[in-house]
Amino acid sequence: MDIFARNVPGSTALLQRRTVAVAGCGGLGSNVAVALARAGVGHLILIDHDVVAPDNLNRQHFFRDDVGRPKVAALADHLRRIQPAIGLDLRERTLQPADVAALGAADLLVEAFDRAEAKRWLLEAWCREFPERWVIAASGLAGIGRSEEIRVRRSGRIIMCGDFASDQTEGLCAARVLLVAAMQANVAIECLVEEP
Amino acid sequence: MILVNDRDRVPWHAGMTVQDLLGAMNYTYVLITVMVDDVLVPQEDYHHREIPDGARVTVFHLAHGG
Repeated sequence: MDIFARNVPGSTALLQRRTVAVAGCGGLGSNVAVALARAGVGHLILIDHDVVAPDNLNRQHFFRDDVGRPKVAALADHLRRIQPAIGLDLRERTLQPADVAALGAADLLVEAFDRAEAKRWLLEAWCREFPERWVIAASGLAGIGRSEEIRVRRSGRIIMCGDFASDQTEGLCAARVLLVAAMQANVAIECLVEEP
Repeated sequence: MILVNDRDRVPWHAGMTVQDLLGAMNYTYVLITVMVDDVLVPQEDYHHREIPDGARVTVFHLAHGG
């Protein structure tokens, strides 16, 4: 079964050789991973310490019978149902700055953490370890509507998606979270295809 | 002159640090990431990393949520 027959011509072969690390498998990371698997990315490193909770199901790519399972294991099952041949490296742990050097197999990092403090140290650690590699981050995805405020900003090897203002205390809606996740995935695919 | 976020022009002075620039911009956000000429400056370096005249600075505000 060729699920990539409708892909953009020439993209699939390039993406199948690529490895992407996804730091955080919640609202952003789980949906980014699904988009990357559907696009044909060959290998994913999935990193998350958490288990699926009922209140994740309003926006994260999990289902009722995933509740209580480690997120990386549940997400791996869903990704293999899309693309059985996908290579998955599951790291069920809390990522620490000292662990970033161990992500050297990744061509690109997707930052999908919850906490802004963690976003900052991850960006700093990645840029220190791998200054020539892309990192696709996110900032601001909460609330409802205001689609026109979500944008992509770039500086060097950092590309960031979001509205850069909203805070999760506003509440989280799948439609808006998925908008940002889809933008991250789209930018990641663009980088992976266009970089030789 | 320093160009911030492709929009704001801030007068440069000799020895100007990242922290000086953030003060001049009245940045109140605590959680930010700063790039100078497309290179990330770690937070611990804000007080001593000098910005060259003509630099392009990008300040990303980091909001909770993921």
